[in-house]
Amino acid sequence: MSDEPLWSIFIGASLINNFVLAYFLGICPFLGVSGKLQTATRMGLAVTFVMLVSSTCAFGINRLLIAIDAPFLRLISFIAVIASTVQLVEMFIKKFSPTLFRALGIFLPLITTNCAILGLALFQTNKGYGFAQCLVYAVGAGAGFTLALVLMAGLREKLELALLPDVIRGTALTLMIAGLLSICFMGFAGLGA
Amino acid sequence: MASDADNRGAGEQSTDDFIRGLWKENPVFVQVLGMCPVLAVTNSAMNAIAMGLATLFVLVMSNTVVSLLRRFITKQVRIVTFILIIATFVTVVDYLIAAISIDLHKALGAFISLIVVNCLILGRAEAFASKNTVFRSILDGLGMSIGFAFALFCLGSVREILGNGTLLGANLFHDEFQPWVVMILPSGGFFTLAGWLLLFNKLGQRKVRAQLQRSDSDAELGEEKFA
Repeated sequence: MSDEPLWSIFIGASLINNFVLAYFLGICPFLGVSGKLQTATRMGLAVTFVMLVSSTCAFGINRLLIAIDAPFLRLISFIAVIASTVQLVEMFIKKFSPTLFRALGIFLPLITTNCAILGLALFQTNKGYGFAQCLVYAVGAGAGFTLALVLMAGLREKLELALLPDVIRGTALTLMIAGLLSICFMGFAGLGA
Repeated sequence: MASDADNRGAGEQSTDDFIRGLWKENPVFVQVLGMCPVLAVTNSAMNAIAMGLATLFVLVMSNTVVSLLRRFITKQVRIVTFILIIATFVTVVDYLIAAISIDLHKALGAFISLIVVNCLILGRAEAFASKNTVFRSILDGLGMSIGFAFALFCLGSVREILGNGTLLGANLFHDEFQPWVVMILPSGGFFTLAGWLLLFNKLGQRKVRAQLQRSDSDAELGEEKFA
């Protein structure tokens, strides 16, 4: 068991070791959905929710697998839980906000293959977090993901109007901005305990 | 070159399955798939090669199994089935790497397990292996994963040379070289990939322009003939 304080876990997951900009997890939605500010915010919230649910489930499953002495089943059971959570969220969003459902498009089912969520489940297991720590870690990681996505969307909305050479438009430009953002986030390194 | 591809017979289809992943539909530079491992483990050329080999094993095996079972997997549960098949092989690879080299296992860390969520593998299972014969699926898997490994190596070597002054651990420059530490850091991954994509975009544009010019001159020739 780790005895890291909760505030340190939160700041660590959201700013210092930001899942997108320091660990490179969840790059696909980061490049794909960051075109518009509104969509980016909602995607961030959906991912945070999935993270919270799957992190809770992963904690329980890990306990169970340790009890029955079958750690090699960890990866398979984690991914199965994540896939079903995403299915649930998809049905929920489809029912309550068809507009958002259309805006997120293919990226909604693709949350299943969002590395950030599986990464979260694996990291919390490796670090040996307790239940409360897992929850804070999930919220922190989700907040960090949303922050990175929103920052990127804001920058890209401004750049729509800029004059740029043809070669640089698209993914190359997005990656360069991501590199600059990543340098900015390195400034948070001193915050850690 | 384009006309060569069009004139190919069905017998050469299998070579095409293999070649396609290497260059024309390179998973990283052209399709921009599987970005997380591409950026995360390419801080040295050795890590990049190891990651490339691990992905190769998983992709070829999962393509084989998916293709063998393609008649038994119903449409509604296909994604879950694919993911479970992939997860099985990733677990195998995880234990295999730990058995071969503990250092490598530590360097790659959670990213071995994260091969499960590499969009490239699920993408090939869905787009190719679930519709084609076993032999063609294996060839497709080999081509795609060699293309992937090649791209990983491109990034890994550039980042290692600039960020550390070494390649595969061998010192390239003598002591005069001041390493660009930023290339080893996360932001260096973004910059290097952006640089490669720029290069590929530029080459692609040049090719399109050359083709346009060629078709223009063909059209002129044609007009002269008619005149």
